[in-house]
Amino acid sequence: MSYQYYVLKDSYFQNLYIFVTGIDMEKEWKIVIKNKSSLFRFNLKEIWKYRDLCFTFVKKNYTTMYKQTILGPLYMILAPLLTSGVFTLIFGSIAGISTDGTPQFLFYMAGNMMWSFFAGCMGDNMNILGNNAYIMGKVYFPRLIIPISSIITKIFKFIFELFMFFIFCFVFIARGSEVNFNIMLLALPLFMIQLALLGLGIGMIISSLTVKYKDLGVIAGFGMKIWMYVSPVIYPVSGLEGGLKVLAMCNPVAPVIEATRYAFFGHGMLLTPYLILSVTVTIIIFMTGLILFNKVEKDFIDTI
Amino acid sequence: MAEKDIIIKVCDVKKEYQLGNIDYHSFWNGIRNKKKDTSKKLMALDGVSFEIERGEAVGIIGGNGAGKSTLLKILSRITTPSEGVVYMDGTLSSMLEVGTGFHPELTGRENIYVNGTILGMTKKEIDEKLEDIIEFSECRRFIDTPVKRYSSGMYVKLAFSVAAFLESEIMILDEVLSVGDVKFQNKCLGKIQELVSKEGRTVLCVSHNMNTISRFCERCLVLDHGRLIFDGDTREAVRNYFGDNKISETVLECENSRRFTWLTREDIRLKRAEYVGKEDSSFGDGEAVILKINFKNNEDIEKLCFRVEIQDDVENPVATAFIYDFYNGYKGEQGEFTAKLDISMLREGKYRTIYTFFERDQMNESIDLDCIIGLPFKKESGKNKEIEWHASAWGCVELPELILK
Repeated sequence: MSYQYYVLKDSYFQNLYIFVTGIDMEKEWKIVIKNKSSLFRFNLKEIWKYRDLCFTFVKKNYTTMYKQTILGPLYMILAPLLTSGVFTLIFGSIAGISTDGTPQFLFYMAGNMMWSFFAGCMGDNMNILGNNAYIMGKVYFPRLIIPISSIITKIFKFIFELFMFFIFCFVFIARGSEVNFNIMLLALPLFMIQLALLGLGIGMIISSLTVKYKDLGVIAGFGMKIWMYVSPVIYPVSGLEGGLKVLAMCNPVAPVIEATRYAFFGHGMLLTPYLILSVTVTIIIFMTGLILFNKVEKDFIDTI
Repeated sequence: MAEKDIIIKVCDVKKEYQLGNIDYHSFWNGIRNKKKDTSKKLMALDGVSFEIERGEAVGIIGGNGAGKSTLLKILSRITTPSEGVVYMDGTLSSMLEVGTGFHPELTGRENIYVNGTILGMTKKEIDEKLEDIIEFSECRRFIDTPVKRYSSGMYVKLAFSVAAFLESEIMILDEVLSVGDVKFQNKCLGKIQELVSKEGRTVLCVSHNMNTISRFCERCLVLDHGRLIFDGDTREAVRNYFGDNKISETVLECENSRRFTWLTREDIRLKRAEYVGKEDSSFGDGEAVILKINFKNNEDIEKLCFRVEIQDDVENPVATAFIYDFYNGYKGEQGEFTAKLDISMLREGKYRTIYTFFERDQMNESIDLDCIIGLPFKKESGKNKEIEWHASAWGCVELPELILK
């Protein structure tokens, strides 16, 4: 505790008056709770302090996913295989959509893998505040821990699916199919980070905006379904013509999916201008999401 | 000047809540920036300031709706104050509810990790304390069973045990000790006392149980309608705000007092209640309560009924007295009546009352028009009592003597 001294010199009597005030102006408070704070204040140190909580959440997400099931984690293998199989059957065999010469099963598996990672990052975070109000209303911890842990959960799931995907690639290569991995594969982690940030950003925006009025959450549910069909998940962009193609590539997810497809199969579109646009949009959306979330999380519990 | 080591400093904290629904209307009003209806605002905290020193154990008491929970929510950073600032110089952990984050599918052991990390412990800390926590919880046999199979008692024991081993400098306890069996409650209280006296932790404790509060809090804050009305010695606080003094009131002015939040009707408002011809509110043997009520009609009223609900001092309902269809009146009129309440069957003790104006629907269901906590009273024990009364076993009412046939 420190004291402040005010020294006044009285010119008439040449006396010194010293006023001591006991206000501890310089005390360093560890925690300050008030209504308003800076939009950009993120306490990264605190998040790091709570890293164990983050991993506990990740672990909890996994262990609770398949509790009391017989096949357990086997469903992690079955789910993507079934989806890719159904896609191959419907869009490949029945609808006959072109896959640019890539084996259909691999084409859909890759698209589905990328999309489900993005949709997972977005969908999981669309209602983070609402779904976790029961914890957040009882105890304090850095709220960003929850979205971070959900992203980490999705990354592990993705890595697992990627591993499976490569196994299938080798099976197809052994059978003589044309699969051309190339140097772009090294950029895959960057694409993943971008998709994660974009999904997280949109998720956080929706989550923050639905605290008071839930309308957006209702729209977002079917919005996500529509988004999948306008993204090149089940078809290559090369199948589109002219203006439609430009429009499709303006969708921030499209250039990323196309680029990863290029990395896996050697064909697909790798268009740098669209990628730059996509990255810019991602950064803007992510920052908006972060700021909104930061603003809302402090007292959302009063209105939810 | 002795140097004070302030660990919590609360400066003029206010918290405002919006009443009513959030829907299309509130959205439209928000857009048009219409001046908000002040009757739909509730000041849960209205300018509260205090300081707490390191190592103090402070109790927070007050009736329902006094603002205790809101204050704790702000201190534990679950929400922010509308105005004012709170400074803290230390880590804080709150137990607004034990077992936060417990997942029913996870085992006891897994949940210790989930709950512990939510409360701010690191995995390493939990590893070190795991044995102690399991030992304290008395749940060792079930520690690898999912907690959804636990009895509610075991669940609470495990949850409290995790919290009891937290290392934070400030601890907030909210009614946590009202759970579990008596033996375990005492064990918990002992643990908390140990934390305060030996380790110098700061503890804030909210409880309706004055015994708990006076057992380990020397200092007490009393909240009432969002204001801090007393800050000092616990015994004095309990005596002044929950003891005999309050029983001396004989007049209640309540035209503008806050009503229960569930009350939707505004047809009539009780303005004033008074015990006629009394200087305090204690009534002797054979003495009846003469109650004078003033009220105001906000709507036309037909077949008005009134009742006095009597509760014991811990809010258990005891008995109710009615008057049916005693008044018809027009909007804007003021009324007054005096009624005699026979309390001869009540045994000695302190009682609370609730006054309710109501009307009846076709099914003879009561539709409450106004409802307010009324004047408390104290029934003195009779001089020539036949028997020492045991209220805990026999209740508060002595029916007329049995008659041999």
